[in-house]
Amino acid sequence: MTAQEIVAKLPYSKPFLFVDELLQIDENGAVGTFTYDKDLDFYKGHFKDSPVTPGVIMTETMAQIGLVCLGIYLYGDSNADMKAHVMLTSVAVDFMKPVFPGEKVTVKAEKVYFRFKKLNCNVVMTNEAGETVCKGNISGMVTAKLQS
Amino acid sequence: MDKEEFISELKTIVTPYTQEPEALDHISEDTDFIKDLKINSANLVDVVLDVEEKFGIEIDNDAMARMLTVRAAIEIIEDKLAASGRE
Repeated sequence: MTAQEIVAKLPYSKPFLFVDELLQIDENGAVGTFTYDKDLDFYKGHFKDSPVTPGVIMTETMAQIGLVCLGIYLYGDSNADMKAHVMLTSVAVDFMKPVFPGEKVTVKAEKVYFRFKKLNCNVVMTNEAGETVCKGNISGMVTAKLQS
Repeated sequence: MDKEEFISELKTIVTPYTQEPEALDHISEDTDFIKDLKINSANLVDVVLDVEEKFGIEIDNDAMARMLTVRAAIEIIEDKLAASGRE
């Protein structure tokens, strides 16, 4: 499965798609990018006078690139009638630096294990200066869903 | 290893994944990981991976699907240990 095919299979759309490009994907991990458009709605309220990307959105971005893209890849196209559905089951993230409107981030995920349908990854997000803005461990269950 | 020792080892393994101290205190062969210890299916995978590491065995998909109680877990561990000649 190519990176483009995986992005096409993602079950999200604007304003909740947080993957622009999937640069690299293999059985051990994934690398992708996303640019937080300064007009994204949540900046109006987080915070009222000083927009900063919410940690939950950064976590979601790490999960979409690191867990969901990798989960879809690992599930593969073994069964054409079914598509992979990735359900988030746990997250532990440390935040180091703020991400402001308009910033582009790169997410790198490394698989820790994929067994009994559970995918566990270590994920790091960096900014354009190459600084780590957040990192952590994310896991989810990769299950099959009938193609709609 | 007798039943009590198995239960004690399993208790140590499940402790980080349960928030039910009372059920944990009364852990027995009848304890159900999901119903009694309220461990979700994702954390049950971690319990199984920890069991593999602790006992040096490999658990397959069929065994994983059956491993819902302490009794079933002990049976599976004993079978795998016996199969590898380490009772």
